[in-house]
Amino acid sequence: MIDRPALQPVASAKPRLRIIDCDIHPTLHSRADLNPFLAKRWQEHLKTYGDHLRIPYVGTTPYPRSQPLIARPDAWPPAGGPPGSDVVYMRQRHLDPLDIEFGILQVLDLFIFSQQNLDFGAAIQRAINEWQLAHWTSREPRLKASILVGQDDTELAVAEIERCARVGKYVQINVSPRANEPLGRHRYWPIYARAQELGLPLGIHVGGYGGHAPTGGGWPSYYAEEHQSNVHTMAAQLTSLVIEGVPERFPKLKIVFIEAGFGWIPSAMWRMDQHYERFWTEVPHLKRRPSDYVRDHFWFTTQPIDEPDDARHLRALIDWVGVDRLLFASDYPHGDCDDPHSAIKTPLTEVERAKIFNRNARELYQLG
Amino acid sequence: MPAPRIDCDIHPAVGGTRTTLLPYLDDYWKEQVLSRAIDGLDLASYPPDMPLSGRADWRPAKGKPGSDLAMVQRGAFDQLGASHAICNVLYGAQAVYDPSMAAAFCKAINDWIAAEWLSRDTRLRASILVPLQAPDLAIEEIERRADDIRFVSVLVLAQGESLLGRRHYWPVWQAAEKHRLPLAIHAGSQYRSAPSSIGWPSYRYEYYLAEAQAFQAQILSLVYEGVFVKFPGLKVVLMESGVSWLPAFMWRANKTWRSVRVEVPWIDREPASIIRDHFRLTIQPFDSPPDAASVADLIEMIGSDQMLLFASDYPHWQFDGADAIPKHLPASLVSRMCLDNPLDTFPRFALAA
Repeated sequence: MIDRPALQPVASAKPRLRIIDCDIHPTLHSRADLNPFLAKRWQEHLKTYGDHLRIPYVGTTPYPRSQPLIARPDAWPPAGGPPGSDVVYMRQRHLDPLDIEFGILQVLDLFIFSQQNLDFGAAIQRAINEWQLAHWTSREPRLKASILVGQDDTELAVAEIERCARVGKYVQINVSPRANEPLGRHRYWPIYARAQELGLPLGIHVGGYGGHAPTGGGWPSYYAEEHQSNVHTMAAQLTSLVIEGVPERFPKLKIVFIEAGFGWIPSAMWRMDQHYERFWTEVPHLKRRPSDYVRDHFWFTTQPIDEPDDARHLRALIDWVGVDRLLFASDYPHGDCDDPHSAIKTPLTEVERAKIFNRNARELYQLG
Repeated sequence: MPAPRIDCDIHPAVGGTRTTLLPYLDDYWKEQVLSRAIDGLDLASYPPDMPLSGRADWRPAKGKPGSDLAMVQRGAFDQLGASHAICNVLYGAQAVYDPSMAAAFCKAINDWIAAEWLSRDTRLRASILVPLQAPDLAIEEIERRADDIRFVSVLVLAQGESLLGRRHYWPVWQAAEKHRLPLAIHAGSQYRSAPSSIGWPSYRYEYYLAEAQAFQAQILSLVYEGVFVKFPGLKVVLMESGVSWLPAFMWRANKTWRSVRVEVPWIDREPASIIRDHFRLTIQPFDSPPDAASVADLIEMIGSDQMLLFASDYPHWQFDGADAIPKHLPASLVSRMCLDNPLDTFPRFALAA
C-alpha cells in the first residue's frame, strides 16, 4: 500500500516472539557491484548489450509501477543508493525494530531469471549468489542466502547448485515462476532431484518475464492487471508441479511459494480435487488426491496478506490453508510490505503465532 | 407444474460443418467446406470422448454428447428438473482464424439452433455465437438476431485473441447493451496463446484448471478498462468458470486497486463492488469445499445473493445423479439462483415464449 505510515517498534504485552522473515529483497547499489564476481567477458557484455528480456523496453519494466522501484518511500537509504542496497540501514530500519531473528534473501535484480541469453543469465546468477555472501550474509549473519538458478539451462543450473552446495551457507534453491515451460515439466526434474538430495527447499518468488502473455486471455493494459496476474502464475505453477507428479516422484522435496499470498490456495485445492475425479485417468502417475500433495510439500509466504473486510474471513482462510503451511514474510523494502505486528488482522493463538512467524520457517530452513 | 427453474448453461452439440451445418451455409461456404473438407472443429477444450465432455448416462449411442434433442430434453428437463434452459454451443466457430469463415459458421450455428432446437421446444433459449475475430462482423450477427427474443445473450470464449475489456471490442459490447444481451463468457480457448503465463501445460486437466485464472483476468480487464463506466447496463455471465475462487480474488483485486488506483482514475469504487454489480456465475462446477460450514463461509464471503445462476452444464460431467445444485447451499440462495437471478441477468428472457 502506498499510504502506510513508517514502521515503528511496537510495544506489546504478548510474549516476545522473534520473527523469521522469509522475503527480504537486497538490491545492488549499482551493477558494478557484480564486477568482482563476473568474468571480464560478461562485464563487457553487460555494459554493451545489457539485459536481453522478452519485454519491449531496455530501461524499465513493461508496466510502469506505482512508485519508483516499487519501494516504500522511507526505505531509501540516507547515504544514497536504492532501497535495499544498504545493509546498515536495513538493520536499523527493519531487522532491529521488528526483532527479526532470521531473514531469507530473495534477489530480484537484473531480472536474474529472465535473461534470454542463458550463458549470460548463468553468469549473472553465479555472480549474485557470490555477492549475497560477500555483501550480505557475511556482514549480517541473520540474513540467509538462496541459490539462484535459471531452470531453462538445466545443466548449468545443476552445476551452480553443486558449486554453491560445496560452499554451504545457502538455505534454498530459487527458480523462476515464469520461464519457457511450466515448472512441472520433466526437463526441469534434475534440479528437483538435487534439491531433494541436498535437503534444500525449492523457492519460487513471483515475477519475471517468460515471454508468455501474463494471462490466458492475452496481454493486459494496466499494471493493476499485470500485478494480480502474478497470483495466476503461481496457481498455474502449483497445478503444474502437482499434476506432473513432482511431489510424487520426489517425496522429500519441499517447495516454497513466495510473495503470492495464500488466499487463492484453498480454492485451487478444491478445484484440483473436484476435477481429479474426471481427469485421473489422464494422470495415472498420481497416487494421492492433489490437495494431499499440497498439504505435505508446499509452503506459502503470507505477504501480500489478504485483506477481507471481515476479520472472520481471514481466520477461515487461515484454517483452510492450514497454519503449518504459512511462513511470515515482509517483502521489505517494497511498498506493499507487511508489518509482522499488524499484518494478520485476525486473532491467532500463541502457538499459531509461533508457527507462522517463526517455527515453520525455522524447521523448513533448518535455522538456528 | 413444478416451479420455474432456468438452467443457464447446457450444450447442444454440432455434428460437423459438412453435416449439421451444411443446410445453413450459403452456396460459397457449402462449396468451401465440401471441396476443402473443412470439418472437425470440436474445440480442443472439450474433446467429445473425454469424460468431462459427456456424462456416461448422457451419451447417445451414436454421435456426440448433446447432439440428440430428445435425449437433452430428457436429461435437462425431465431428470434435472429445469423448466427452461439456455443453449450455449461450443463448436469451434469462434476459434477459426479466417474472420469470414468464422462469421459464416457462427451464423450457421445460430440459424441451426433457432430452427432445430428453439423452434422444436419452447423451453429452450440460446446464446448468440459471434465472430469476435472481426468486431464489425460480430455486431452484424448480433443485429441479425436482435429481433428474436429467444436469443438471450452473446457467447464468447474465456481465452481468445485479446482480453475482452480492450477497446477494440467496445462496439460489440455497445450492441449487446443496446439489445439487453448480457455477455456470456464460457470456458474454452481459441488456443491463440498459452493458457497461463507459465506456458503450455502437458495435460488437459491442467488446461481445464487454468480456465479459472483466465476468467479472473477477463474480470480485471473488463473492470479496469472501464467497460462498465462506458456501458453501465452491461452484465457479464461467467459460465463453467468455477465459483469458489471468487472471494479471495475479489480481496486481492480490492487490495491491488487501493495501491495502484492512480493508474485507472475512472474506477472510483472498489473492484469487488463493481464485480458484484455486473458479474454473474453459473454454479456448475462450484469447486466447493467439502463441508457445510466452509460452504456457508464461502457464500458469506461472496457477499451477494444476486451473483449465482443455476446451471447443470449438461451434458458435461460435473456431478452424478439428478440434483445439479451443489451441496450445502442455503435454500433462500437456491431459490434466487434458479429463477430471480436468471431473469434479472437475462432481461430478454420471457418464461412464456
